[in-house]
Amino acid sequence: MLLTLNHEQNGQITFKHGIHPEYYKELTQHLSVERMPFVEEYVLPLSQHIGAPSIAIVQKKQKVERGEMIAKPGGFVSVALHAPVSGTVTAIEASRHPNGQLLPAIRIKADPFATQRFEAKTPPVLEEMDQKQFVALVQSAGLVGLGGAAFPSHVKFSIPEGKHCKFLIINGCECEPFLTSDHRLMLEQAPQLIKGIKILARFLGVEKTFVGIEVNKADAIAGLQSLIQKEKTVMEVVPLQVKYPQGAEKMLITAILKKEVPSGKLPLDVETVVANVGTAVALADYFTRSQPLIERIVTVTGPGINRPANLMVPIGTPLHEVIETCGGLKPETTRILLGGPMMGVAQKNLEVPVLKGTSGVLALTGQEAREISTYKCVRCGRCLQACPTSLNPSLLGLLTRKGLYEEMKDEHLMDCIECACCSFVCPSGIPLVQGFRVAKAILREREAAA
Amino acid sequence: MMENVLSAVAILMGLGLVFSTILAIANKKLRVYEDPRIDQVEEMLPGTNCGACGSPGCRAFAEQLVNSEATPGGCTVSSSDNVESIATFLGVDPGFAEKRTARLLCAGGKAEARDEIEYHGVETCRSMTVVTGGNKGCVWGCLGLGDCELACTFNVITMNENGLPVVDVNGCTACGDCVDICPKHLFTIMPVSQKLIVQCRSLLEGEAAERLCSVACNACERCAADAAPGLIEMRNNLPVINYANNELAHPKATKRCPTNAICWVEGNQFEYRKSRSLPLGRVEVFRSEETV
Repeated sequence: MLLTLNHEQNGQITFKHGIHPEYYKELTQHLSVERMPFVEEYVLPLSQHIGAPSIAIVQKKQKVERGEMIAKPGGFVSVALHAPVSGTVTAIEASRHPNGQLLPAIRIKADPFATQRFEAKTPPVLEEMDQKQFVALVQSAGLVGLGGAAFPSHVKFSIPEGKHCKFLIINGCECEPFLTSDHRLMLEQAPQLIKGIKILARFLGVEKTFVGIEVNKADAIAGLQSLIQKEKTVMEVVPLQVKYPQGAEKMLITAILKKEVPSGKLPLDVETVVANVGTAVALADYFTRSQPLIERIVTVTGPGINRPANLMVPIGTPLHEVIETCGGLKPETTRILLGGPMMGVAQKNLEVPVLKGTSGVLALTGQEAREISTYKCVRCGRCLQACPTSLNPSLLGLLTRKGLYEEMKDEHLMDCIECACCSFVCPSGIPLVQGFRVAKAILREREAAA
Repeated sequence: MMENVLSAVAILMGLGLVFSTILAIANKKLRVYEDPRIDQVEEMLPGTNCGACGSPGCRAFAEQLVNSEATPGGCTVSSSDNVESIATFLGVDPGFAEKRTARLLCAGGKAEARDEIEYHGVETCRSMTVVTGGNKGCVWGCLGLGDCELACTFNVITMNENGLPVVDVNGCTACGDCVDICPKHLFTIMPVSQKLIVQCRSLLEGEAAERLCSVACNACERCAADAAPGLIEMRNNLPVINYANNELAHPKATKRCPTNAICWVEGNQFEYRKSRSLPLGRVEVFRSEETV
């Protein structure tokens, strides 16, 4: 059977399967980004990205400037970390991490008398740089994918021998419900975004650049298109159908390029690099005024938040301070998520900091949080129609219950992107993705042991 | 017609003859001698294939026994009579190994360790760990959903009312199933003679530790001071007992422990602690004092 990989629905480009959740973006999409006031203390975990933790290069009681490097990369798949505020290092100790562990972190007490302005420095000269130097600079700028996974950007940007990159896709989909940080970024920092895309396209040596944006952000699409025309830049804004998970890397490639990334392979195997809009802007910030990744836009929203907002938050700000800035929590709040409602992680403690990959803080009340009772699988097959990677979540779910992890691997469990479409559509309320995450962790452990 | 039938029968008989001859020759030429005692010893072993002896199964252990690479006492599942009879059968020394059992290095049940959130999801410890590491404030402690109870081959682990697994020392064969399954790596296999146990894995110290759990080790180092020199050493805010000097161990090291994190365990763990309504004190843990 020949599968058409992407299809057009009502004339809009998208991928196969997927879901249409309620979006609730109207809570924050019209609110411009506010700068969050500086708070007293910042916690910067050394592992904010996928890969090896950074290595602290500051000592206790050392004074640091805003933007100063405080930890160096701990390997190739690792990035540097910078002080989000001027102040004093109070401790380097185990602190609560959003993943539930206690991991080493640098604590910085903000200096109350500092101006906390980032002094723009002369940026590195782009014209005299080769690919290697560019990659090294991106690593020392602490750049990670700002879409949520926090994968070190320079790893994506370093193209190994024998491979080349033809297409660059900039991801402005923001398909997660509630979140509007990328939307606001595209509206408010469009010139910076274009600048970042240009730099990236130049160093990757791409032939064509696409910017994928869902059609529910019509103002962003129009704004970018007019700017592109004005600047006579060669890139194409692709309006995409509003569907979850449109912003997943592999789904986006399928939708725009009509190509499928083979199982277990990377986008580079289909000559493509995908980067988030936030990453492109952060890149431009670094190459225009030497500002490393020290702050990001976080959407603080949800029915449990008194005053939803898009905030520019210094990385390392404790969650309770962020929530307080937004007027605190309503008493009926039952659940707080870091990230969107589909892939975000529930938090048990508000001491945890905002990380580089935190795109939103979501407070849900009883109504939005899902029903808890679980029933047996009725074999309705809705999950099969929802799964964007065309797996069989129903079968995988049964295998999880029996603990048959090796068999799950044969059913391509490792291709699961944990987008939670299957759990979302399941009429029996089976927490499928939770089981898959367990199975993947166990399989990875076994592989490491073997 | 008849000829066809006859020829078919003849061909099949011929084939049968040829293959039986090949098999007969192969049986003589390719024969591998196997000690018949292996089968007999395997019969006498419990046949649970639990792996407590360190071999991949009862058959492998039987082979080791016959080749005198192991002693019958290595099978901790067999009763002593059974071990005795295997030893007499093989004419070797039974060589009783020391009884070992699984111990949980956490005493923070529902009543002691503070829950930070209400958890709704798959009711296994392993699944709970993927959601911010579990519902308890303490990130190292027992989650209490009983993965070990299900994993135990011999059904000697039962979850008590307080949400802690109680291992029946008499039934435990030290097979290590619970050690493998626990997502927090809290089980350890140790000889029953090692009675001084630190039932805590928290790396925090002082009030930070006690805030999360009332029986956490707060790294006060009193046990290290009270124990015989060289027995207890503080490492990462936890007392580490040097079991090489186990003969120096004495319950007096636990007497001044403010949280009961270090215990002198006779028999099963947690059984003395019927209810947490008793005030935290050193006396209660010392049920076994009269036996010392």
